[in-house]
Amino acid sequence: MTDRLGIVVSGSLESGVDVKLDGAVSVEDMAVGRYVTIEGQKQRFFGMITDISLGVIDQKLTLTPPDVADSFVGEVLTGTSTFGTLHVSPYLTIGGDVASLIEGPQPVKTVPSHFSVVNLASQRDVELVFGKEDEKRFYVGTPLDMETKICLDLPELVKRSNGIFGKSGTGKTFLTRMLLIGMLQKSAGVNLIFDMHNEYGWAGTSEGGRSVKALKQLFPSKVAVFTLDEESSRRRKVSTDFVVRIGYDEIEPEDMVLLRQTLNLTEPAVEAIYQLRRKFGKSWLQSASDLPDSEETSELLKELSIHESTFQNLKRGLATIGRLPFIEPHAPDNAVQRILEYLDRGINVVLEFGRYTDITAYILVANLLTRRIHAQYRDRMEKAMGEDAARPTPLVITIEEAHRFLNPEIASQTIFGTIAREMRKYNVTLLVIDQRPSGIDAEVMSQMGTKITCLLDNERDIDSVLAGVSGKSALKSVLARLESKQQALIFGHAVPMPVVIRTREYGSAQSYRDFTATGPAESKEQAEKDIEELWG
Amino acid sequence: MAELTDRVGEVVEASSTDFVAQCYELYQSPPLGSLVKTRDEQTDLYGIVYHATTGSLEPGRRAVARGKDEASEEDIYRSSPQLLKLLKSEFSALVVGHRVGDKLYRYLPPKPARIHGFVYQCNLEEVKEFSGSFDFLNILINARLPVATDEILAATLRQMSQSHEDSHSFLVAAGKELAVLLSGQLNQLKAILGRLK
Repeated sequence: MTDRLGIVVSGSLESGVDVKLDGAVSVEDMAVGRYVTIEGQKQRFFGMITDISLGVIDQKLTLTPPDVADSFVGEVLTGTSTFGTLHVSPYLTIGGDVASLIEGPQPVKTVPSHFSVVNLASQRDVELVFGKEDEKRFYVGTPLDMETKICLDLPELVKRSNGIFGKSGTGKTFLTRMLLIGMLQKSAGVNLIFDMHNEYGWAGTSEGGRSVKALKQLFPSKVAVFTLDEESSRRRKVSTDFVVRIGYDEIEPEDMVLLRQTLNLTEPAVEAIYQLRRKFGKSWLQSASDLPDSEETSELLKELSIHESTFQNLKRGLATIGRLPFIEPHAPDNAVQRILEYLDRGINVVLEFGRYTDITAYILVANLLTRRIHAQYRDRMEKAMGEDAARPTPLVITIEEAHRFLNPEIASQTIFGTIAREMRKYNVTLLVIDQRPSGIDAEVMSQMGTKITCLLDNERDIDSVLAGVSGKSALKSVLARLESKQQALIFGHAVPMPVVIRTREYGSAQSYRDFTATGPAESKEQAEKDIEELWG
Repeated sequence: MAELTDRVGEVVEASSTDFVAQCYELYQSPPLGSLVKTRDEQTDLYGIVYHATTGSLEPGRRAVARGKDEASEEDIYRSSPQLLKLLKSEFSALVVGHRVGDKLYRYLPPKPARIHGFVYQCNLEEVKEFSGSFDFLNILINARLPVATDEILAATLRQMSQSHEDSHSFLVAAGKELAVLLSGQLNQLKAILGRLK
């Protein structure tokens, strides 16, 4: 067989098995992250190459190396006295035993016996493990050096919160856009995307500055673009469905807590917000901002036991918010209600921030809207549980710069922390996009179902992404060696084993056609409908 | 079946591990490292030539220098034709395998060779068949021979490689086998490989 690589010579379940390469196989043809099958006596194992090393039969050889200029000596020694070894982590058993025949690939519970033959995994093996593209599975990319499609089970994916990580410029946005298309087509849920850099709604740009189509262009009937900055949207020739305005009276003290860091508020200032809310009611923000520097104000502050300097600190913060152009004394329409209406109709909502890429605006709006949507969802879900009524459509909320919402200091207070931890029960999950995963609260990270990560090279970031994964050290070497473009490591709930993919192409005319191509079932339906309409 | 022309001598001394044969013609011993065989009832014994001598027929009597007045070496033999009858060539072969019927075994036979058994030099076909597996190398490596084992091993493999169309890959395969067998003796391995080219 041409795909034979070598034989198992040692190993353990904990650390993986060592494979001695056959003499005919060059160690230079191997690659970390590639799949292999191991033909055990009773089971077939499916694993991934996690390390490659060189071995010698006699240590003397390393001290007095043979004459490498002599090709004959080199040829003789290759594979006998000197050889390559692979370190393979077995992840699954496929076929062989009864359980894996009936229920598909099973997690490994043992290691293959001595001298089991190791082969490169065939297309069929990979398909067996990752499944074929169908109405639930979405093709995200191919394994390295293979043409097989790796598919994600999207309904399974959206049941939990997920994360997409990677250094800046490694293709997070492309990956997210592709995944959103997948969810839009194949999961039963809807998406709400807080689009900080206007990349998901109408069009995005590639690294080379080329414009690529985004969701609304590809699926006009399934996507609505909301904007905070009408002017920017108009300039970019984006047809928007709704302009979001936020009234002063909609901002609650809880919304301010998150902004403590970005607005540089002191702890007492945050306390003071609650005091003011009690005093002035709903219009606290307006009232507090309008307080003049007078005797009466000092009296009032004394009455509320707020220190003068604290109040000044708070006032500066409130002024920053007041300067945001989309904040108005009274909003003409209820943005939350509008978003929910769209979501209920199964239409995905992309909220563009236009020019307001300031993190204060992003945190304020994302948090404010999400809190209200979350409250609505929880009510509906509880009602559904009580009355056996229809449950709300599963909702996936996409946030960027997630470490600003989910850092250990505020994760416990913000709505995103709550969603990440427990909202699965209420059909709301997060899609977290971030470049500094080490900034995200460990508890939140541990609750993420599936993590998709592009290249990371900061030690702490790698550690935090891989925390709690079995075979962490093995994956670490894979992760650190990803190429900086178009490659990602996926692991967690939605895939049976960690997988390195070369992500699916996005941006060419052919790729758009592939994405929008309707499945056979749908097109048949459409055809029948057309015939019906035609003949009446 | 071996032809008469391949017959090179006759066994004059035999043991389980080797046999000594006297050549029919003076100086006509097969090359060092070549494969020879002798027959014993149903069994063909295969040996590898590891040593060859030429000397006086009588043990205590040594040849003396005769060429002082002769013009060439050939003239010595021409003027003293009895010399050819007073000298003999012998070679020793290490038993490395045997054949019973169609089965070829690359390990020692149950019985040693018979005295006066004819010794034939194996033809290319037989050498190719015998060298189809390297099991016999182990016998060579472990034998205590009056000649350096490295030399015999190298000579044998060089001889055998001539029977293969792709002699290079034959030598590489043999080298790999040696690399495994001599895994602890790097210097010896290097010495043999150096002689294989």
